[in-house]
Amino acid sequence: MIPYAFHYHRAGSLAEAQALFAGAPEAKFLAGGQTLIPAMKQRLSQPSDLIDIAGLKELAFVEERGHGIAIGAATRHGDVASSALVRKRIPALAELAREIGDPAVRHMGTLGGSLATSDPGADYPAAVLGLNASVVTTKKTIAADKYFLGLFQTPLEDGEIITEVVFPVARRAGYAKFRNPASHYAVAGVFVAETNDGVRVAVTGAGPCASRVAAMEAALAGRFHPESVNGIAVPADGLNSDLHASAEYRAHLVTVMARRAVQAALAG
Amino acid sequence: MTVVTMTVNGERRSADTDDRTLLVYFLRETLGLTGTHIGCDTSQCGACVVHVDGRAVKSCTMFARQADGAAVTTIEGIARDGALHPIQARFREHHALQCGFCTPGMIMTAIDMIRRGRASDRQTIRRELAGNFCRCTGYQNIVDAIEAAAKETATA
Repeated sequence: MIPYAFHYHRAGSLAEAQALFAGAPEAKFLAGGQTLIPAMKQRLSQPSDLIDIAGLKELAFVEERGHGIAIGAATRHGDVASSALVRKRIPALAELAREIGDPAVRHMGTLGGSLATSDPGADYPAAVLGLNASVVTTKKTIAADKYFLGLFQTPLEDGEIITEVVFPVARRAGYAKFRNPASHYAVAGVFVAETNDGVRVAVTGAGPCASRVAAMEAALAGRFHPESVNGIAVPADGLNSDLHASAEYRAHLVTVMARRAVQAALAG
Repeated sequence: MTVVTMTVNGERRSADTDDRTLLVYFLRETLGLTGTHIGCDTSQCGACVVHVDGRAVKSCTMFARQADGAAVTTIEGIARDGALHPIQARFREHHALQCGFCTPGMIMTAIDMIRRGRASDRQTIRRELAGNFCRCTGYQNIVDAIEAAAKETATA
């Protein structure tokens, strides 16, 4: 499959990337390209210009930051999965990264790219929302609760680039997903975290974008145990429905995955 | 059109390329290296896996220009002096191919997983093969071959 024609530019710095973007009619930033390129090949996306920011060294790092971990936006999924620091401080995040796509996808895909796209089936949004992370861009810092606005919708403005994400360390956390066996996208994925600000339950895959489940959070705050989510179901209304799973099935999966995520958190 | 230059299987190669040319088409059609296959063309099957700067990637999901200046290794570049790469040899011994269409991608993925130390047991090997499909469903022998190659590497 051949995408529509476009102009390719490789940016040498953030400033150059922004200048290139401003000078093109319908530009898009290219990071790992693992969502954007398939969409372009299907001709669902038609940028006039691609500004490649995947190679920006200043955006590829994993480091301790206060009581959390800061991860550069161009850090590849595989590097997050194998980071000794992430594995030690937030093992659930490393495990989530290890389950994104497949090894070849993890060698290309980036944290910033995943969040900027906000694909409904992406894994990272669940961790960002579940851990109450902050998304830092060239213009502002966005709290996780204000980031996921709808299907492929984020507060990012034209030309704005995610530079890093700061994840607070949770007391314990776990992630479980029911994956599509071919694409490995989450049909439904749930990230559960016991944070210093209470229990957070974040769902991806099931709806148009990542969202929290207040009823499960309240139940788990009372007792952090897999059984606590039994009988708590999210409404099927408004959930995704496609050839892989109906909205009703996804609603069912959310409860099952939440239970498994709590189990994982307790085991970790 | 822009001139793209990369080192492919140890040789410096340059060619005039359209910006929208995917790496897999550059390798197959511009350079004539048809060992890298196009299976699903939707980033799922792994028949197109090659190594770019030492990492296994899907060449159908990368533009040739992204690999400008990089070192690329394809299935044609792994045998040495007429001798099969050890993983190719194990695939042959274990009859790890039926129609053979997925084999180049399987072998490039196998080399990568062994290099990263992710072929320690059969379950890990199967997890690491998540992005490579064999439509003949010949996975058993593929896992056998990779397991044998990994053991050999560990004791070498």
